[in-house]
Parts: sequence; structure tokens; C-alpha cells
Amino acid sequence: MIPEIGQLALILALCMALVQAVFPIAGAHKGVASWVALAKPAALGQLLFMTIGYACLTYGFLEHDFSIRYVATNSNTSLPILYLISGVWGAHEGSLLFWTLTLSLWTGVVTLFSRSVPEVMVARVVGVMGVVSVGFLLFMLLTSNPFVRLMNPPLEGRDLNPLLQDPGLAIHPPLLYMGYVGFSVAFAFAIAAMLGGRLDAAWARWSRPWTNIAWVFLTLGIVIGSWWAYYELGWGGWWFWDPVENASFMPWIIGTALVHSLAVTEKRGAFKAWTVLLAIFAFSLSLLGTFLVRSGVLTSVHAFATDPSRGVFILLFLSVIIGGSLLLYSWRASQIRSSVHFTLFSRETGLLLTNVILMVTACSILLGTLYPLVLDALGVGKISVGPPYFNSVFIPLTAPLAVLAGVGALARWKRDSGLSLARKLALPMLLSVGGGFALTLWALPHFSWGAALGLVLALWVLLTMLLWLKEQGGAAGLAGVFKNISRAGWGMFFGHLGIAVFVVGVALTSIYSTEKDLRIEKGQSYHLGGYDFLFKGAERSAGPNYLMDRGEVVVSREGEHVATLFPEKRDYRSGMPMTEAGIDAGLTRDLFVALGEPLGKDGAWSLRIYHKPFVRWVWLGGLFMAFGGLLAALDKRYFRLARKARLETEANTAGGKA
Amino acid sequence: MRRILVLLVLWSPLLAFANIEAYRFDNPQKEADYRVLIAELRCLVCQNQNLADSNAELAQDMRRQTYEMVQSGSSKEEIIVYMVQRYGDFVLYRPPFMPSTVLLWVGPFLIFAVGVGILLLFIRRRNQEPVVQLSSEEHARAKGLLDQETK
Repeated sequence: MIPEIGQLALILALCMALVQAVFPIAGAHKGVASWVALAKPAALGQLLFMTIGYACLTYGFLEHDFSIRYVATNSNTSLPILYLISGVWGAHEGSLLFWTLTLSLWTGVVTLFSRSVPEVMVARVVGVMGVVSVGFLLFMLLTSNPFVRLMNPPLEGRDLNPLLQDPGLAIHPPLLYMGYVGFSVAFAFAIAAMLGGRLDAAWARWSRPWTNIAWVFLTLGIVIGSWWAYYELGWGGWWFWDPVENASFMPWIIGTALVHSLAVTEKRGAFKAWTVLLAIFAFSLSLLGTFLVRSGVLTSVHAFATDPSRGVFILLFLSVIIGGSLLLYSWRASQIRSSVHFTLFSRETGLLLTNVILMVTACSILLGTLYPLVLDALGVGKISVGPPYFNSVFIPLTAPLAVLAGVGALARWKRDSGLSLARKLALPMLLSVGGGFALTLWALPHFSWGAALGLVLALWVLLTMLLWLKEQGGAAGLAGVFKNISRAGWGMFFGHLGIAVFVVGVALTSIYSTEKDLRIEKGQSYHLGGYDFLFKGAERSAGPNYLMDRGEVVVSREGEHVATLFPEKRDYRSGMPMTEAGIDAGLTRDLFVALGEPLGKDGAWSLRIYHKPFVRWVWLGGLFMAFGGLLAALDKRYFRLARKARLETEANTAGGKA
Repeated sequence: MRRILVLLVLWSPLLAFANIEAYRFDNPQKEADYRVLIAELRCLVCQNQNLADSNAELAQDMRRQTYEMVQSGSSKEEIIVYMVQRYGDFVLYRPPFMPSTVLLWVGPFLIFAVGVGILLLFIRRRNQEPVVQLSSEEHARAKGLLDQETK
């Protein structure tokens, strides 16, 4: 019964989404107020039914209703409750359901918090999001229904993919989806502005906080995903340039460009056409990512060709959304006239250059991700494009970004003189180059050009940001800093500082990490990276739904106890072995131990040990960036605008009553 | 049901569990070469994993092969040539530069040049356009609007 209710709820949500997609846009076009007014109830109705549908599937998981195929394939009775709840989005059908729920959640929130935006505009925005909802609900109901029943329900379900049985899974996908789907808001605002023919700075102001929040979610989602891969996959890596990772990284890069471009459009009225285009691209790449991950095209081009129903649907949907919005753009963009002037040396140029580089980077990643698929589909040959390619393209393209992050903030709007800018930047440049090389020579184990470059860039960003603080403070000094800088300003400060932290992490951990695979007997010890790892043996025991071997490794440094690590090797009921690394985390280094398998009868095991300097900084940098984004989204101006709108509405209703 | 099984079979090599082999090397250079090679060579039967991270039997065999060749004194280049002869270009995560990959390797830098070119053109053209001068009346209106905004 419950699954049928869920199914019905999805169908009703589709009906609501259709109403939401058709009437508000048509009403805004024809000037029919009653149609425009349908936007909010339809969006909230869709949210209600999506929530019911989602709750029904969750209930199926909690009650072990194995007559639902999706529940039977992805859970069993011994699964801990956390993974019953997070298992809902652990595989294809459920993650689509979650995607769509997230979309209706964003839509609902937009209708509730857009009082400062004209009703017609909100109607158009909600309408555009409705179109996207319709596409996803149709896709789910036609090709990937989570509520499909089994004729002969099994007594026991299968297992949730053991990889996903980790608290990381409980937070990574929701954050990622909130970000992915959140770009639909920026997209919808851009389309709505084009539909209304009003491409001024206003739409940028309205959509900016939403875009910032979506970007924060996506940043956190990627950071947590990377961290999860690091401790869960057992090979100590934090990024593999896997197509699935790229699918989330490309929208992030374009989203970063969009966040910056929106700021310029809002503040200076410049880059209007460009910002609209970025909003379209950011969401298009989110959709493309979903296509890549969900259609099966990544697993095999040929498997995709033999069972194309899902892929073809998404491709059609993609072409409608992306093609439609680009058509609209080409029609409207020519009407956008920008009268803003700026010279070669100006903050505008810096931001444009940043945007161009980000765009080029995203295009290159897209090229590398799709290239092998295209070659294979054309029958030209099978090649692999992996980390060596992406690293050699990505690093030279993005290193200038760190330089620009410093220059851009210090350059003046519109017009700066090259000479005064150079004079201002001379000191930080000297200090960062000197300091970076000095640190690499004296503070690190051995000299490396890569590490030197990384440290120079990081110092450069740090110093230019401090100089920016000093400039903002003006004559008042420290007091001025706190008085003059807005939350958005602090957002920029922390976001850029995040770049510095991230660069340090990437450079040091990729150059100075050491690792060793070895055979080790009980009581033996091994020396790596200045630490002694003493193996105290491994014991067999049972977890809630798996058996495991649990090793004990005592780490010491010059005789002093540092940590005791317990690496595990788990056997889940599905028969898949999993390693659970023992990690001692630290700000300057991680110690990472993974258990292999028993060798011989005398209690010897194979063991992998990593010493990873500064690896935490990679994620710490991401957290800084997210914090910066959050500050920017919470700028006081938006609250002031909202308050003004509320007061106006209240005044109007009061006036109406009198 | 069959499709589920297929899915599970396809997934299993992707699963996170790297076999750990305790190879001994004659010198650190050989060990370093070995590490680079197993990081840049692909496990052919996995979805997207290098030899270092894979637990598939083929990956274990290829690691042993790599180890033996490194130990017997083959250079990195020789081992890569050997692997490509045996398994094709697919085995390399660093695609070789050849006619079908020209676009892949040149593409990013081409896009970069085009992007920066357009940018410079755009800025130059922008500066040649005449600046719109506001009449004093427009100026006063704009100022009024601005004041309203900041209130």
C-alpha cells in the first residue's frame, strides 16, 4: 500500500510541476494575474508530494519492504539504521528521487524568500524550475521508477554497496545535490530575466545570494567527497580525476566564475550578457554531469548503446534545456547594451581574465572527460585519459588564477594605472618569491620546484589579502578594518585565503608524501617519515553486518607514543572485502595505515603505510572557500532589501484595510 | 535480476580494496619507478582504476610484471613500450601524442589562446565606444535613485 501511495505522490508531483511549468510563465507573458498567482501554490504542492513520495521510499527501507525492488537490491535486515536512511539515495532510482526532491525544495524556498522580487519575476523563475522538474519526474516515472514491485519478494535483501556504508555517504550526496540543483535557481533567474526582457543589474542582485549558497553546498559536497574517498578507498588519494568527480568539478568551476561575475554585474552593471551565459553553463554542466553519471555511458559506450532508453531521454532533455536557453540567449543578448567602460588595468579586466581562465579550465576538463568516449564511439581507438593528463593541463592553467586572486582584489574598478599597481604589488611579490624559496630550501625535506611554486603562490595570495585588509582599514587601522569591510568583503578575504591553504596542501602532499607496502610480522616495526610503526598483530572479530580483521599499529616518534591505529579489513555479506584505514590526522601530517592480507601462518600481514604531510590543508582550503561563500551570501544588504520589502507589503496591506 | 547481477559484477573491481604486496627493491630509484608506473598504468578490467589501486587479478599480474621488469633493470620507457605493445594505448593514463589525440593535447591551450584573444579584443573595442554622457536631468534622477537605495 505504502509504495502505491509513493507512486501516486510522484504522479501528483508531476501534475503540480506541469501546472508550475505552464501557467506562471504563460500568465507572466499574457499578463494574467490569476495564472501568475498559481506559481507559489503549485511549487509548494509539488514540494509536498515529493516529500510524501520520498517519505514512502524511506519507510520502505525502514520496514524492510523487500517487495520494492529498489529496497530489496539496496538493503537488508542487518543494515544499521543510518544506512537504511541514507541508502535511499545510494543507487540510481533513489538518487534521482532525491535530486528531484532537492529541486522542489529549492523552488519552495525561493517562493517563500523572494518577497523583495516582483511577483511576475518570481512566477517566471518558478516556471522555469517547473520545466526542469517535469523533465526529471518524467524520467523517473518512465525509466527509473523507485517504486517498482517484485512479484516474488525475497525474504532477505541484498546489500547496500559496502563502499557507501559510511557516515560520509550520509552527508556527501545531499550536499553535492544541494549545490548541483541549487544552480538551477541562478539558471531560472537568468532565463526569467531574459523572458521578461529585463537584463539589468536587478536580476543579478536577486539571484546572487542563491547562487552563493548553492556554490557553498557544492564546495562542501566536493570537499567531503574527496575526504571520504581518502579514508574509505584505502589508497590514500584524494582526487583521481574520475569522470564522476569531474562531473561535479566542472559545474563548480563555472559556478565560481558565475559567483564572481554576478558580483560585478550587481555592483558595476558590467558583464551582463556574460553572467547570463555563465548561469546557463553552470546549470547545463550540472545536468550534463547527471547525464554522465546516470546514463551508464561512462561504464561503457557500448552498454549505453545497447540499452539506451535512459541515456536517450536525458540527451533529449539536455538538448531541450540547453538548446532552448542558448537560443533564447542568442535572441536576447544582442539587446543587452552595456555602457560600462574600463581599461586594461582595472579590476574588471582582472575578473574577466579570471572568468576566461575558469571557463577554459572547465572546457579542458570536459574535453578530457569526453574525449575517450568520443574516440570509442567513433571507433577510432580506445584510450585512457587520467590524472597525468589532467594534472599537466590543470596546473599550468590554474596557477595564474592564484596570481589574479591577489592582483584583482587590489586593482581599482574601471581604471588603474599599471605603474601604481606595480608599485603596490612589488613588495608582496618580492616577499612571496623570497619567502617561498626560502621555506622550500630550509624548512622542507628536499628542494622541489613544484613545492617552491606552490609556496610562492600561497604566500602571494596571503600577503596581497593582508595588504587589502590594510587598504580597507585606511587611516583607522585595525578598527577601520572591522568597520569598513562588509560581510561580502570578508567573504572574498576568506575565499581567497582558501586558495592559499589549498595550494599549500596540494603542493606539499603530492610532493613530499611517502609510502611503503611491506610484509610485517607481529612485534616488528618499520620507520617512515620520521615515525616508527610497530605492528602488534591482527584479530578476527565481528561488526554489526560484517566480519573483520582488526590490526593494531602503535606509532611512536623518537620513542614517544604518538598514536595507536586500528586498520580494518572487512568482509561484508555481499562478499566484497573492504579496507578501513587507520588514520592519525594532524594539521601538518597524516599517518595512514591500511591492512592487506595475512601472509603465512606466523601472524605476518601485508601492510601499507603512508606519511602524508599537509594533506588536511587540501580540505581545509575548501572549507575556507565555503566559509567565504557563506559570508558573502549573508551580506547585510540582502537582509536590508528583504526587510524593506516586508515593510512595504505590510504598509500596503494596512493601507488596503483602511 | 540478470541486470542487477551484471551491475554487481561490473562494480566489484571498482571496490575499494587494494591488494598490498610487499615487494623488495634493489634500490630506492627502482621503487620510485615502480610507483610511478603502477600509478600511470590502467587496470584494464576495472572501471577506472590504475594498477596501484586495483585488486583485480589482472592488475596483480600486471603489477608483478612491472615489478619484475623494474627489478631486471628495464627503464620506465621500456616498460611502457612493452605494456602498450601488449595491451594497447588504453593501458596508459597519459595518452600518447598521436594523430587521434592531437586535439586532446593541443585543445586546452588552443581554447586558452582563443579565450584571451577574445578578451583583449573585447576590452579594446569597449574602449573605442563613446562614453554615454548623462544629461544633468538624468544625473539628478540617478542620484535620487541611488539615495533611495542607500536609505
